[in-house]
Amino acid sequence: MSEPAAANPCQGERREAVPSAAFDALRELKERGYNVLIDMTAVDYLAQGREPRFEVVYRLMKLDLSSGEDRGRVELHVKVPEGAPVLRSCLSLWPIADWLEREVWDMFGIGFVDRPKIKRLLMYEEFKGHPLRKDYPIAKRQPLIGPASGERPDNPSFNTVRPAVKYE
Amino acid sequence: MNNAPRAHKTFMLNMGPQHPAMHGIVRLVLEAEGELIRDVDVEIGYLHRAFEKHAEAETWNNVVPWTDRLNYVSPLINNVGYAMAAEKLAGIEVPERGQYIRTIACELSRVTDHLTCVGASAMELGAFTVFLYLIKAREFLYQLIDNLTGARITTNYARVGGVKADLPQGFEEKCRDVFKKVREAVRDSDKLLTKNRIFMDRVDKTGVISKADALAYGITGPFLRSTGVPYDVRRAHPYLVYDRLDFDIPVGRTGDNFDRYLVRLAEIEQSLRIMEQCFKQMPPGKHSLEVAEMKNAFEFEDAGKFGNTALLKKYAAKVDQTLEGGGRLERGGIDSPSRSAVLPAKEETYGNIEGLMNHFELIMWSWGIRVPAGEAYVAVEGGNGELGFHIVSDGSDRPYRVRCRPPCLYIMAALPILLKDSYIADIIPTFGSVNMIGGELDR
Repeated sequence: MSEPAAANPCQGERREAVPSAAFDALRELKERGYNVLIDMTAVDYLAQGREPRFEVVYRLMKLDLSSGEDRGRVELHVKVPEGAPVLRSCLSLWPIADWLEREVWDMFGIGFVDRPKIKRLLMYEEFKGHPLRKDYPIAKRQPLIGPASGERPDNPSFNTVRPAVKYE
Repeated sequence: MNNAPRAHKTFMLNMGPQHPAMHGIVRLVLEAEGELIRDVDVEIGYLHRAFEKHAEAETWNNVVPWTDRLNYVSPLINNVGYAMAAEKLAGIEVPERGQYIRTIACELSRVTDHLTCVGASAMELGAFTVFLYLIKAREFLYQLIDNLTGARITTNYARVGGVKADLPQGFEEKCRDVFKKVREAVRDSDKLLTKNRIFMDRVDKTGVISKADALAYGITGPFLRSTGVPYDVRRAHPYLVYDRLDFDIPVGRTGDNFDRYLVRLAEIEQSLRIMEQCFKQMPPGKHSLEVAEMKNAFEFEDAGKFGNTALLKKYAAKVDQTLEGGGRLERGGIDSPSRSAVLPAKEETYGNIEGLMNHFELIMWSWGIRVPAGEAYVAVEGGNGELGFHIVSDGSDRPYRVRCRPPCLYIMAALPILLKDSYIADIIPTFGSVNMIGGELDR
């Protein structure tokens, strides 16, 4: 079986926070010495039917500057519903959050408040939808590439979402 | 002449997406005032190939070839990083020899990565000879990688639970010859560049980043080490067999382009040292997990006749060498529930029916290995820094979510502060030392 998180030093201690308390939790962690935002990403739990749908994961590291040792990591999970932006941006704590939040917006459509206007990071402006959402079909067509309907003309089944497989 | 002060006007300059001095497809929108850069806007995403989306649609082992295309200068490190994350979730331990082989593979890749970075940025500064020396050394290493994995770039070498195959015959001797040539090339380049006035003028005190900025931007790898922070995932969280090996972590002082060049050159030597120690320490034995549970082929047939196919996928087919179905009476079924996770060696797949069946079972859609539900994050030291894989499994044969933490994304995000108030000509050495790899940056 998979190991508990504490046994994996790269993963660190798992914590949870509600969206309204996430920023304060991050600020408090930063004050306690977690000085590097190693990663920030999201997971869409739509296919597992979880509510709320998204989970944003912040990964922090306490780095000792002189010895280069990692003195501990924390992963903060924040459950976020679909729709209006509820998460406060942590751009003021770590400037790298700018690009990471842009990527999360681009891929999942999770918005952030208290930051400059958010722009897609990897996709282009005219892109429709958020590709890493579970209800975004893997072979969906985009208007710039065409056809505008998003359907491939030659293969009607190509554009459907593959149903979840049931296992015994 | 009019002595009134002229208002300085800035103008916009587009560099890229296709530009001969850019190592990949990336666009810099510069706001320049004459030769001085006042502001930079970095636009990425031109090489986005939806790695993370594709990974959700592939079985666990089929994601490995996609990881080759992340950092295509050091694909073996990506292979290993992904496989380690899947193993962490599945609770699989790779045999010791497999771990040594993976370490060697990773270090080979790290050397090619650094050689490319130093060689290419030297070429852009006019040192074409150095480029030829280093790329020639890289070519020898690519031949080793070709010998080891069967491909130069698209290596696809790691498997969940092990590696594709054991080291080829005489690999150690070949390595020893090549290491000699690599050391020679590095020494020659060092002589040509390190005290060279033309080179120093371009790289010394340009592209400076402070420790605080590097931390704020989450930068790791040679870039962070050039500022004097000796953070290296191989030392901070030893994975594979790095805790048994003796190696140094070179650090710089000022965090400029020159220090990054020195750190990379020094790391090449350390990687070669690591590989030499691995060859000495490496135990004989298995390189991957053995195919654990076998059932005689005729039992598949019997079970199929009764419509009892649910359990079949737990076993590998075992066929008598004579293919006559001997042993039908002597052996009962093996009913251990544990099952193999590892693809059989290619010789097995192509050479006998049991390997073929086993391979087929693992590859068939919705029949492959199942990784228990859960979440894991595993980091390895990539060519550019901490390469992390955050994997979520829902207990099925495919990953639910694969997130790759690309080390050079963080450096690219910090590019504006590296370039601000420097000259347009400084973009070339600074951007070269970032070692942007489009495949990894845009995934």
